[in-house]
Amino acid sequence: MAVCIAVIAKENYPLYIRSVPTQNELKFHYTVHTSLDVVEEKISAVGKSLGDQRELYLGLLYPTEDYKVYGYVTNSKVKFVIVVDSSNTSLRDNEIRSMFRKLHNSFTDVMCNPFHNPGDTIQSKAFDGIVSGMMVQTASYT
Amino acid sequence: MAGSQWELPPELCCRPMAFVALTGLDVVYNAVHRAIWDAFCANRRADRVPISFKVLPGDHEYPKCRTKRTSYEWYIPKGILKTGWMNKHLNLVPALVVLFYELDWDDPQWKEKQSECATKVEIDLVASERAAALCNACDLSGKSLFVLPHTDHLVGYIIRLENAFYEHAQTYYYTEIRRVKSHKEFLNKTTHQLLFVRHQFKIAFFSELKQDTQNALKYYRTAYSLVHELRAHETNMLEIKTMAGFINYKICRLCFQHNTPLDAIAQFRKHIDLCKKKIGSAELAFEHAAWMSKQFQSFGELFDEAIKLGLTAIQTQNPGFYYQQAACYSQDRKTLAQQLCQAGASYPSPEPGDTQSGGLDFYGQRPWRQGHQSIDPPDAEKEKTGIVALQIKERDVPHSELIIALLSNAVAQFKKYKCPRMKSHLMVQMGEEYYHAKDYTKALKLLDYVMCDYRTERWWGLLTAIVSTALRCAYLMASVRDYMIYCMELLGRASTLKEEQKLRIEKNLIKVLKNEVPEAEPECDPASVTAARALWNDRMALAGSNEFTIEVQDYIPFIQCKAKFQSPSFHVDQPIQLQVFLRADCPHPVSFNKLSVSLSNQEYNQWCVVESVGQESMSLLPGKTKCYNFSFVAKTEDVGKKIEMTGIELMLGSDGGGRCVFVGWRGAGGDAASTHEALLASRSSRRCGRAVEARQELDWDSLSIQPSTMIISRVPKISVQLSHQPPALNNEMYCISLTIQSQEGGVARDVKLTAGLKPGQDANLGQTTHVTLDCSKVCDDTAPALLPDVPLGDLNPGQQLERCVYVKCVSTGPRVFLFHVAYSIDTSVEGRQIVCKCHKDETVTIETVVPFEVSVKFVSTKFEPLERVAVDIPFLLMTDILSSSPWPLLLEGTQHFVLQTDECASECFCLRCPPLTNSSTTVATGQYLISWRRKSSGADSPLIQTAVALPHVILESVPLYIHADLPSFGRVRESLSVRYHIENRTALVQEVEMAVEPSDAFMFSGLKQVRLRILPGSEQQMLYNYYPLMAGYQTLPQLNISLPRCLTTNTHTLRRFLPQRIFVKPQGRQLDDASIAAA
Repeated sequence: MAVCIAVIAKENYPLYIRSVPTQNELKFHYTVHTSLDVVEEKISAVGKSLGDQRELYLGLLYPTEDYKVYGYVTNSKVKFVIVVDSSNTSLRDNEIRSMFRKLHNSFTDVMCNPFHNPGDTIQSKAFDGIVSGMMVQTASYT
Repeated sequence: MAGSQWELPPELCCRPMAFVALTGLDVVYNAVHRAIWDAFCANRRADRVPISFKVLPGDHEYPKCRTKRTSYEWYIPKGILKTGWMNKHLNLVPALVVLFYELDWDDPQWKEKQSECATKVEIDLVASERAAALCNACDLSGKSLFVLPHTDHLVGYIIRLENAFYEHAQTYYYTEIRRVKSHKEFLNKTTHQLLFVRHQFKIAFFSELKQDTQNALKYYRTAYSLVHELRAHETNMLEIKTMAGFINYKICRLCFQHNTPLDAIAQFRKHIDLCKKKIGSAELAFEHAAWMSKQFQSFGELFDEAIKLGLTAIQTQNPGFYYQQAACYSQDRKTLAQQLCQAGASYPSPEPGDTQSGGLDFYGQRPWRQGHQSIDPPDAEKEKTGIVALQIKERDVPHSELIIALLSNAVAQFKKYKCPRMKSHLMVQMGEEYYHAKDYTKALKLLDYVMCDYRTERWWGLLTAIVSTALRCAYLMASVRDYMIYCMELLGRASTLKEEQKLRIEKNLIKVLKNEVPEAEPECDPASVTAARALWNDRMALAGSNEFTIEVQDYIPFIQCKAKFQSPSFHVDQPIQLQVFLRADCPHPVSFNKLSVSLSNQEYNQWCVVESVGQESMSLLPGKTKCYNFSFVAKTEDVGKKIEMTGIELMLGSDGGGRCVFVGWRGAGGDAASTHEALLASRSSRRCGRAVEARQELDWDSLSIQPSTMIISRVPKISVQLSHQPPALNNEMYCISLTIQSQEGGVARDVKLTAGLKPGQDANLGQTTHVTLDCSKVCDDTAPALLPDVPLGDLNPGQQLERCVYVKCVSTGPRVFLFHVAYSIDTSVEGRQIVCKCHKDETVTIETVVPFEVSVKFVSTKFEPLERVAVDIPFLLMTDILSSSPWPLLLEGTQHFVLQTDECASECFCLRCPPLTNSSTTVATGQYLISWRRKSSGADSPLIQTAVALPHVILESVPLYIHADLPSFGRVRESLSVRYHIENRTALVQEVEMAVEPSDAFMFSGLKQVRLRILPGSEQQMLYNYYPLMAGYQTLPQLNISLPRCLTTNTHTLRRFLPQRIFVKPQGRQLDDASIAAA
């Protein structure tokens, strides 16, 4: 289960970012922000060779000592980043993929909302719910 | 010890090479020896064998070989690896000792020398090289005696020699490995665990000396797994970790050397995973962090070194990550040190870190209990003081320096591997570390540098955190300017601070504006706060430096500003209006004393200032937009120019007593975030909804900036009308009549007309268009395409003026004509008198067409088309003029006549070609001139001459010309006489045969068949009387003529000169005529 989930706009500013409240929130912001380096590099590398044919799931972006950071980029260049605790070895690649897919579906729903202004930060209870379902459940969080 | 304790020993980090000692060389005084030594040690490139040479004096004492243990039965090892061991084999115990001895084979005292040599060798052998014994005289084997002739090819001999030495050295290390291996059978697993590690390490190290890196790697790997099998407890944890670190270092180094970087990384990961939790003593937890940091750092260095030797790293796997992690552990170390090393404890005496030898015997042991391998420390009291001593020492470690050095290493790496965000993040950490180290200037410099990256990427949370740190730095330095900038940004809309914090910051900002000392920032070190207060008080006392100008364009300040001209252009007789919108995002209202706009023409600036009157200052309410309107009158010189806003300034505070801060925006306001906000607002789906709100409150985001306006000339109040009859005809003087009527209230002075081809069209049009005002004659090519500034005088109100402009278009096609009427007029704007220049432009596109088509043909007198014309024989020229003009044309010539559209006029001329003087076969027939004009144009308008070049005709000469005299008609049963003239045009006598064929329509009299001769230049006549039998067009009896002498001319060519038919009228009836008349 994730410790931090973030949605980043095409222009690389955060649309949504939530981390487990027990830990330093700022640190996760930095982790997500720095992971964009790898995302950008991966997008540009694929753009050169394969044109539009691209898998959305980018896989493990980079491992830090404590966390694993996974990335996913939609066709409109919106990025999803999931940070998982390194000690959590039970999580398989497939599960991460399905988490991203769920996130993407929910994000699409948010975008379909006529009252949502694309480019604004995401404020949606449904999206919150999906994210909460994927986050590590901690005592302080209900 | 503090910093260097965690450094890896140099003998571990170097590449082990076989150690060979050279003796008997006097390198100081003997030039030959010196040359030999230089040849050994100079220029040791990779292709030479890896040997480290050392010159030792002949009487050098080598380390004594300790008596070898024969049994390990009662032996308990005191540690894993002795500290001196590696150095001993690298630098002290040679694999081979080479004795140089100068011998002259012809020496008379050969015997004595020989014996001297023998004794020396014996001495040396005792010391080390036992394997290389035996010779004839001195007990040396043949293999071990080398002769080095002193010749020119010294280097070549030396290389051969050192290869031989290398072989010997390898043999030596091989035996050493065998020797260490042989110990194994004496060891048991319970008491000799340490020795297992030690022996494997030694074998591996000897293998390295032997340059057998594959085996070395294998033994190091075994040693590594053995070290983790050791029973670990608090007292030996450091020793185990130290050795594990050493062995790991060796393995990684060899893996990189073998170009298997993935193995190196995997080994390192395993190492870290195994050791991460082995913290050891909780009171010395910082030691573990320091050790971990060192592990990462040295791996990073190894990685970096491998890259320098050609390895390629990638974005996600580069040395930067290891330096970063090393820095991270150093930060942990600092935190732990701060927790564990409380001040106050006095340094214990005697120094527990001292040992008898001055250093440690074994790697990774505590100085106060060396050699003890028991689980519990032997002396609890000593243990305690030892720990206290270490803690006190740790307190003096410059942690921040270490962290910053590691971070800057990491920054350099991430820069190389295209990770700009990671770089920024690390720079933030560096800045924070400088802040902790109280080096605020450097901290601010770094933070300020990266701030803009986070600002442009719009990561407000991170930006707020960084600015908050920067604000603390600025406070502690008492840097007034920086302090205000950061306050402004933290109060701005990009700040994610809570309301109460914003309130506090705003209060502080107001204090600074009043020249008072602000409250300290929370989370600041109390001691530093006291120092900062003093600094602030000094600042306050200083006079003179109380005016600040802060450019906020690149920040996201707490006051937003947008300005716009009401319109992208203003007429010079209108007042120019501009609006400045201000909005405060801070929690409290903000008051200011002056707002001014600077414009590109500074003369207007005086109109764009608003200042507070008296004590009453202007204020901005939080979240409310306030609009200030300015207006001024432009100067007439500025017509056609652009006026731009160059800056907007807002004065906070006042110049009397407090501080005076000018907050400046470049251009027409906006800041680092407003472009994006405007973009979002423009594509917002809530736009319609907002429009409703907009009635009460302006929507800030959709307010657009209009930074410049054009001053354009006054709207002219005259009418310019064109009347003309398109299309224009080619070459004609096309008349365009221009009516100018003034609707001005005053006199329009200096009316000037510019008329002609509009500039900027095809360049050829300029050559083929001519404009003139003179209609009396057809203008020539000198007339210009554009008539500039024709003065027309003054124009009173309501007055009308008419002018005709004539245009001659030499080529066809469309043209755009421009009629530009300019004048000046006095007018007043807001009470000011100005002279305005106005102008009115009219353009018209006129198509030019060909007025008529002329076609020409040559026909014979019989109206038959001619291909060629016979000399001296008349023929006809027929011209047709087909009008294609939509307007009636008047053609003048012998007669005047009018040609309507699509009408055709023909003319016919009879021509005769004189005999040719030269031999050319064609002749020009001249020009056909047509004079014409439009019928609608005035009688006095000039005629246009259009010349049509007539085609050339092909001439031919005929030998015989024949023509007939015959009446225009005949009548049935009335004789008609036809006379044929036959002319000989040659200089020869021509014989002609003639015959008349019978015809049904005629009876005739005359010679039916005749042969006659015609003299040159003379003619013969033949008379026939034809008696028509039938009425109507009748074919005349055919005359066949042939020239028997001249075969080229046949009957057919001659016959074309002859008439073919005649019209025969029916016979008249007088009787009938009379009866008709009677009836």
